[in-house]
Amino acid sequence: MRITQGTFSFLPDLTDDEIKAQIQYALDNGWPCSVEFTDDPHPRNTYWEMWGLPMFDLADAAGVLAEVNACRKAKPEHYIKINCYNANYGKQTVALSFIVQRPSHEPGFRIERQEWHDRTIRYTLHPYAADQPHGERYANGQQ
Amino acid sequence: MSSNNRPRGGPQPGGETPARIGFGMSRPGRDPAGSDPPEDAAEEKKTLPSDARVDLAQERAETGIDQVFTSLDADLVGLAPVKNRIREIAALLLVDRARAKFGLSTSRPNLHMCFTGSPGTGKTTVAMRMSDLLHRLGYLRRGHLVSVTRDDLVGQYVGHTAPKTKEVLKRAMGGVLFIDEAYYLYRQDNERDYGQESIEILLQVMENQREDLVVILAGYKDRMDSFFISNPGMGSRIAHHIDFPDYTLQELEAIGQLMVHAEGYNFTSEATETFREYLKLRKEQPRFANARSVRNAIERARLRHASRLMDDDEPVSKSELTTLTPEDLRTSRVFDAQPSGPASD
Repeated sequence: MRITQGTFSFLPDLTDDEIKAQIQYALDNGWPCSVEFTDDPHPRNTYWEMWGLPMFDLADAAGVLAEVNACRKAKPEHYIKINCYNANYGKQTVALSFIVQRPSHEPGFRIERQEWHDRTIRYTLHPYAADQPHGERYANGQQ
Repeated sequence: MSSNNRPRGGPQPGGETPARIGFGMSRPGRDPAGSDPPEDAAEEKKTLPSDARVDLAQERAETGIDQVFTSLDADLVGLAPVKNRIREIAALLLVDRARAKFGLSTSRPNLHMCFTGSPGTGKTTVAMRMSDLLHRLGYLRRGHLVSVTRDDLVGQYVGHTAPKTKEVLKRAMGGVLFIDEAYYLYRQDNERDYGQESIEILLQVMENQREDLVVILAGYKDRMDSFFISNPGMGSRIAHHIDFPDYTLQELEAIGQLMVHAEGYNFTSEATETFREYLKLRKEQPRFANARSVRNAIERARLRHASRLMDDDEPVSKSELTTLTPEDLRTSRVFDAQPSGPASD
């Protein structure tokens, strides 16, 4: 099941040129970018692992894309996203965040039901991938 | 700019196009290849037929490089070999643009440069012009200049250098990375110096990401030469070794006049004579730094001019405020210098 979180996630995967254009848009707006990755696709998992520090004072998208490619090389079967941060007073939040890589196979989620008092049922979402230990969650035991 | 997509680092998740089920929304499976033909057709239209002619002069006008050349000629005195080389590079890039219109493939020229020359010969100034020029010619996407020295590239402890150098490189992408006094990167006497690590990263980026940035190294001739001897990889990856000649006396004088006018001052005709005399003496003294020494001399003259006016304690006219007289220059220590005494401007 295809994870849809962040901007553009209902679109087909962006090509590198499209990613570059988006990064350039962010940089032209003065939003520094950072790269993050994870192998826990739960929608409430907001804190992904950082790939290096956020990149400040960049003028051109090539620098960010180089980091994305380095991250792809090291984590070929992880989710990778780019966050662009708007530091302006009154905003101070992520302005644009989009996924730039996904695992080749995304097994999806199952619903778990929990019996609660008075025959109440509580539901929760559990990613199949999370059944495996951290680092072994996607394809061929690749890191 | 490269128009083709670079291959992805990771596997293509979209390759097998699993059904796109996103919280109740499903897209009709779109064939990714389906969108390609129209793009190709557009590309096809842009290439000219082989019997067409391209007006290079018009190309020139479009890029606006003539403005850069005009201001280069107006603001920079002398430096004939440097200007020649810049013209050659500009011509090559223009011709490449014209070739691209015919759909002729041209490999991207290597434009990493090394500027050598005595202090104050205008290396930094030319580097700034260069980034502007390359941007206008479409070689660089942004055309900004990131000026760094050893401090900005080399770390202080193990594992500090690589991130530091990479960060600087990322900042310079799309523009020019100007490394002043680049020979300090390599310390011959200390083989465990982190500078070597920085050089290796630089070399890798200079080779692999040629389309993303231009590296310009600058420094004194003799020390750059020994730097290249100990780092042959660096020397061979730099296509343009440009030597900045020392200025002649006439050129120094012209530079001085330019600076004085830029500051809103004038020399009296006697002061011009005195200034020439001053330059002749100063040029022979140690630690002469070409245009930089001229600038310092003028700064000193302005100081003396100001204190002279204050001492007079009379109302001053506009012409008095803007005119530098021989005595403003004459008081310089250069005129009564002993050969052994320390030189001062």
